[in-house]
Amino acid sequence: MRGYFGRKLLIYALTFVAAATIDWLIPRFMPGNPVQALLSRSHVTPEALPALQAYYNSLFGLDQPIFQQYLNFWSSLLHGDLGRSVYLSGSPVTQVIMGALPYTVALLIPAILLSWWAGNKFGAIAARRKWLDNAFLPVGYILTATPYMWLGIVIAWVLGTVFEVFPISGGYSYALEPSLTWTFIGSLASHWVMPFASLFLVGFGGWAIGMRNMIIYELDADYSRYLTSLGAPSSLVRRYAYRNALLPQVTGLALQLGVIVAGALVTEIVFAYPGIGKLLLAAVQNQDYFLLQGIFLFVIIGVLIANFLVDIAYVFVDPRTRVGMRGGPA
Amino acid sequence: MTVGAVVASTESVGRRREILYFALRGRKVLISSSILIFFAVIAVAGPLIRPGDPNAFIGPLAAPPDGQYWFGTTTFGQDVFAQFASGLRATFTAGLLGGSIAALIGMAVGFVAGYRGGVIDEILNMVTNIVLVIPTLALLIVVTAYLSARGIFVEALFIGLTSWPWAARAIRAQTFSLATRDFVDLARISGVRSLRVIFSEIAPNMSSYLFLTFILLFGGAILIAASLDFIGLGPTEGTSLGLMMYNAVAWSALPLGMWWWFIPPGIGITAIVGSLYVLNVGLDEIFNPRLRES
Repeated sequence: MRGYFGRKLLIYALTFVAAATIDWLIPRFMPGNPVQALLSRSHVTPEALPALQAYYNSLFGLDQPIFQQYLNFWSSLLHGDLGRSVYLSGSPVTQVIMGALPYTVALLIPAILLSWWAGNKFGAIAARRKWLDNAFLPVGYILTATPYMWLGIVIAWVLGTVFEVFPISGGYSYALEPSLTWTFIGSLASHWVMPFASLFLVGFGGWAIGMRNMIIYELDADYSRYLTSLGAPSSLVRRYAYRNALLPQVTGLALQLGVIVAGALVTEIVFAYPGIGKLLLAAVQNQDYFLLQGIFLFVIIGVLIANFLVDIAYVFVDPRTRVGMRGGPA
Repeated sequence: MTVGAVVASTESVGRRREILYFALRGRKVLISSSILIFFAVIAVAGPLIRPGDPNAFIGPLAAPPDGQYWFGTTTFGQDVFAQFASGLRATFTAGLLGGSIAALIGMAVGFVAGYRGGVIDEILNMVTNIVLVIPTLALLIVVTAYLSARGIFVEALFIGLTSWPWAARAIRAQTFSLATRDFVDLARISGVRSLRVIFSEIAPNMSSYLFLTFILLFGGAILIAASLDFIGLGPTEGTSLGLMMYNAVAWSALPLGMWWWFIPPGIGITAIVGSLYVLNVGLDEIFNPRLRES
């Protein structure tokens, strides 16, 4: 088990180093110079240009040797300093992202866990009822194929614009100030429903189809046939099949995390929900590179933590990882 | 030798017939490929019906669909159908190209890792795992945000470069199990070079699997491209289905109830990607007789 976690942690550490290095490399080696881009947007007389350029170069530490720049980058990264946001008039990027993070987390965690749980349960039921299976399968395929933002748009249009059940934009009513009152909490909740629902539905379709296919496969496996031929009640056989079918679904959850997070980002954009996704759009539109790169690092860290949690969960569902045999999400 | 060749050729004809038979009988393959062909025809013929720049301001402002503008017009009087048709082209291009690049990288990594094993496998596996954990879209956003001019081809290239890991892993596992078979051993001890063993012994025996992998990568690339476009990082010239949704949301089509602006692009993407997924399952049933519904 120690080997299992050791290998996982090594991979995550390497991934983080790789991602942070990419984050550092991109602005330096992509075509175009960020300092030049910055200067070209401000009105500077040609005479002042070299002086300003030198000033910005030393401000960002671009005049130091490349190796030193890399070390500086890591040192400030480990101090939690991700630079300052140009778009939000110089607020520290870490602080800006921390302000948006609760909204994204409040959307993501329930959506991931509930869609996974409900999808698995539903898929297992659909696998043994022909009519339900036939009715659900096309719907499930359509749901998994739907781009997150489009399902969000359709839900917002139907429930928000046509029937006016839920508000279509923002994280809370624009008339309110954030406070700990029931009105505010109610407003938060009503703004939360639609983005949550669209994230939930896309995930639900995928997990249900995955579970349905796995159950059918497991019920066809030798151990199921053997149990059945021994005269075991079919509920027992199904319970074994379900436990086995759950393993690839747990692995699948780890693999899907990046996609789900990306889905949450675009869903937030649809609903103008004040999380990381909306921040991301603003960063792109305003060419706020510090903010953009900070978001990238936050997303990576979040996905790595979530991956590690899934690894821990895997130890509980798969006894083989506990006794150090083969198994586990490779 | 000749007898063997004759037997082999009739066998392959028989197998081809069998595949064709089940392909035509299987509803999944028939329906999904019809939908794909339908949208491909629009993508090819659409810009011929509506020549000229799809972003040109030609019609009435914010008009619902009618006989002249089949899908209505945008707030600025752009023809939604013209945008849809040329957006479909962009979608197919991004999907095919991105999917192909990802499939090529996945095959190269998977074959080498699975066939060679040992240290090479360890290293490639490590790289695969690292790229697998990094959220693709987040990486693509940071990279593309720095490009001032973006085209479909660059977008597809980046998508291909980041979405290969699961394919590499799946192909590696398949190669692994094939590499220990007798016929591969025979080829190896006869002194056939590794590259030839991979391409003439291993790859043909998993060709259907490779094709299915490509289909899934194709669908995945379309979804990634759509998300990227929706964040405003799509092609700077021309149009795409994701860009249409981006514009629709950015210019308040939602509160204005201009459904004709955002419904068609989403239906296009969902139908194409959904058909690819169903086609994958349908073909899997054909290639793998154990999965066929009796």
